[in-house]
Amino acid sequence: MNQNLTALIPELSLAGAAVIGLLAGSWLPRRRQWLIAALAAVACAAGLVATAVTMATDREQTVFFGQFAVDVATDAGRLIVLGALLLVIAMSVETVRGHKRETEYWVLLLLTGAGTLALIGANDLLMLFAAYLLASIPAYALAAFAKDARGTEAALKYYLMGALLGTTMLAGAALLYGAGHTTVYRALRTALPAAPYGLVAVGLVAVLVGLLFKAGAVPAHFWVPDVTDGAPTPVAAYVTTLPKTGALIAGYRLLHQALPASGVNWPLLLAILAAATMTLGNLAAFFQTSVKRLLAYSTISQVGYLLMALAVATRSDLAQKSLLFYLAAYAATNLGAFAVVTELPHARTLDDYRGLSRRRPALAAVLLVCLLGLVGTPPTGVFLGKLEIFSAAIDGGYTWLAALAVANTVASLFYYLRWLAPLFTPTAPAPADTQTVLGRWAAATAYASAAVSLALGIAGGAVLPFATGSLLP
Amino acid sequence: MLSVVVFLPLAVCTALLLLPSRALSDRACGRVWIATATADLALVIALWASFDSRGGLQYQQRVRWIPSAGVGYHVGVDGLSLPLVALSCLLFLAVAVFSLRERRRVRSYVCLFLFLQTVSLGLFVALDLILFFVFFDLSIVGMFFVIAGWGHGERARAAALKFFLYTFIGSLALLLGFIGLYLAADPHTFDIVDLTRADPLAGRGLYAGLVLLAIGVGLAVKTPTVPFHTWLPPAHTDAPAAGSAILAGVLLKMGTYGFVRIAMPLLPGSWRRYALAIVVVGAVSVVYGALVALAQTDFKRMIAYTSVNHMGYIILAVGAAGTLAGSDAQTRSLAVTGAVTQMVSHGLITGALFLLTGVLYDRGRTYAIDAYSGLAAHTPRFAAVTAVAAFASLGIPGFSGFIAEFQIFTGSLASQTVATAIAVTGILITAALFLRALRGMFLGVPRLPRTIATRGIADLKGSEAMSTVALLAVALVIGVAPRWLLDVIEPAGHTVIGLVAR
Repeated sequence: MNQNLTALIPELSLAGAAVIGLLAGSWLPRRRQWLIAALAAVACAAGLVATAVTMATDREQTVFFGQFAVDVATDAGRLIVLGALLLVIAMSVETVRGHKRETEYWVLLLLTGAGTLALIGANDLLMLFAAYLLASIPAYALAAFAKDARGTEAALKYYLMGALLGTTMLAGAALLYGAGHTTVYRALRTALPAAPYGLVAVGLVAVLVGLLFKAGAVPAHFWVPDVTDGAPTPVAAYVTTLPKTGALIAGYRLLHQALPASGVNWPLLLAILAAATMTLGNLAAFFQTSVKRLLAYSTISQVGYLLMALAVATRSDLAQKSLLFYLAAYAATNLGAFAVVTELPHARTLDDYRGLSRRRPALAAVLLVCLLGLVGTPPTGVFLGKLEIFSAAIDGGYTWLAALAVANTVASLFYYLRWLAPLFTPTAPAPADTQTVLGRWAAATAYASAAVSLALGIAGGAVLPFATGSLLP
Repeated sequence: MLSVVVFLPLAVCTALLLLPSRALSDRACGRVWIATATADLALVIALWASFDSRGGLQYQQRVRWIPSAGVGYHVGVDGLSLPLVALSCLLFLAVAVFSLRERRRVRSYVCLFLFLQTVSLGLFVALDLILFFVFFDLSIVGMFFVIAGWGHGERARAAALKFFLYTFIGSLALLLGFIGLYLAADPHTFDIVDLTRADPLAGRGLYAGLVLLAIGVGLAVKTPTVPFHTWLPPAHTDAPAAGSAILAGVLLKMGTYGFVRIAMPLLPGSWRRYALAIVVVGAVSVVYGALVALAQTDFKRMIAYTSVNHMGYIILAVGAAGTLAGSDAQTRSLAVTGAVTQMVSHGLITGALFLLTGVLYDRGRTYAIDAYSGLAAHTPRFAAVTAVAAFASLGIPGFSGFIAEFQIFTGSLASQTVATAIAVTGILITAALFLRALRGMFLGVPRLPRTIATRGIADLKGSEAMSTVALLAVALVIGVAPRWLLDVIEPAGHTVIGLVAR
């Protein structure tokens, strides 16, 4: 049995930093609590270095009875999650600085980050469920961090849905265990084709529901707009980016490793879910006037595009690299948009952004890059991601899905432009006090995210190979 | 070398953006723009001088960009693209000179146009489908901001949104078609040269037809042809004059250029199979565009519709070039040569016409034809230049339009007699509509819109005259002595015909 703990350095460093942070935070005076933020950043950086070493030295392996896989998808996912976590930490600095529960914020962020990392590598149904809980529960608390009415309501909604669908997921895992007499993917792969069809189908759907909840996809998307709108903006940025990464990679691994040969027609199920998610997300975003709600629905539609890669997980060789690359590009682009919203805390509606390009040209440029990036305009990273995902969908025989995704992309342009056009309107700008900025950290995060988003598109050739390779059984 | 031509404007644009806003006055920005456009044009002339017209693709540069996605940075020019590259440089220079009078947010304006110049040049030299697509999409983004930012009021923002959504649908259809080509090729690649050689969709029936449909629709929206033209009139009417000139002169060519660069050589089988449909779309665009233009009361809108008519000739010609029955390679190649010449000619003449409508709007604040009368008495220079441009546009011998349309009709008549005969009536209708507009606006009793101050209307100023007359002069040179241009286009046209007949 391989019990190599060094394979789990990124997860352990986040969890360790959380424990140390919790203890140290209890003794630190409030003005020194920023030390915990620094600790969190160091933990992320250590995780990134460890991942880079794993990739450079080719130390792919599965550990603990094959329950946790450290392979291409895990490495890429770790880079995305840890990089995104660093951006989230940076954009949160001004929001929680001097807050009486500052330490708790960083600790919760680290714990849910560790849970997301565990989701990515989960190669076993029980591991998957444990990771789901670890990723979810701190996030409920984060959603209510501000302790105001809207935040509490959002957290309650988030929690109730998460608890319900988490239980469903556990029931699904039990059904699959009953069908295959094991919970490890490698063994399920051979056992499930012989198992009763109905059992496998119901079990799979139930497990997927939990992952769809984490990803914010239809039909488990109802929490997304409320949490995005009610939670502090950096938390909103977190819940619309990192859990999606974790859930989608976990879903990809589950479908690709455990169910390739089962008789269940899950590709069609996921294709329909993808179609419904992207369409509903887009339609709901159309006439939003609040920027956070607009972004929330936009993230739902983005999950729809990402689910296309899951639908063709076993049908196209392009699926894996398109999924991983799109996730990276999406994370950077989405965080960039949220960083701008964080930086302008008083600008809540689209009208509040009128004339921003004259007052804050750099922030307007970031929004231009990020929103056009979310549409999929070249040369941003999401364009390349979309290109790969559309190619994968057509290659996997889902041309109708790709055509629908194209139609949705055009439709999404409408609401992104509703936000973008006022930025550059010279007449009747919004009052200056709605466009006051928060501070340097959030702005720097915005610039960095936009730069990464552009760089992923222009230098995609250097990044794509990292997403190529086979998963470990 | 080619990359320098393409990215020089973008480099200047970046430099302008990075300089602090007080370091450069509006006037200086304009001068920098003119200098850049002149330098770029000079570089292209140098390229042209050492271009070997029988040498196929030249000045090629191929760099690995995203190899794992089959995408490369591959640029080069041949007889199809070089004239369009030169046309773009010339038009951007003309627009730069014309825009010396612009006063609103000059620096952003200059930067946008520099960006658009890089995008346009990049598209014409791109030899990779994704590179082509990148520039295709960015041209939409750039033009959106030109129309929304410097157009005529709130209406312009609506027109810009319509333009963006409409052409974006087209560009994504194009992307689907490109993916179809990519997946069919083995090994998967987006490289136009490799795909041309491999002809991956030969004998793939319906699949190839669908790919052609996607690419065809994408390019048809941009061109635009009937029935995808409805974004064009509002976009033109509400855009600033310089934006209209670039939109009509350069951006529309991206669609028609796509047909000869991508659709014909990469999908020869389906192109031949569906040639008749393409010819019908072309002929309908010619007649419908002309008839609708005839019904317009707005001068600028009228010119916008004549663009639909002129682009229709090109579609007719490329469709006829795909019809093997009843024609030999020489007549078909004549049609392609005519099509490319028409792209150049339309860019020059319609570019000039749109700049002239800008002068009209600047003086009278309206484009309505019946608001003006007897302008020739007040503004003889403006009347003369507009009249020359109008005659050139309707295809009078002596100007480039005649050379182009003559070749198109000669090349198409043998194989598509009926469609060509119908299309010829388009010339008649455009003649009628231009003569009607000229008579109404320039002749008769002098009468001006009430908005004009009592001191009367100013004639063409130096910068306005220089930019428009220069464009018409080139059209005249092509009309009188076209060999220098045709010598470059003809071998390339011949190559395309050879590829289509495979």
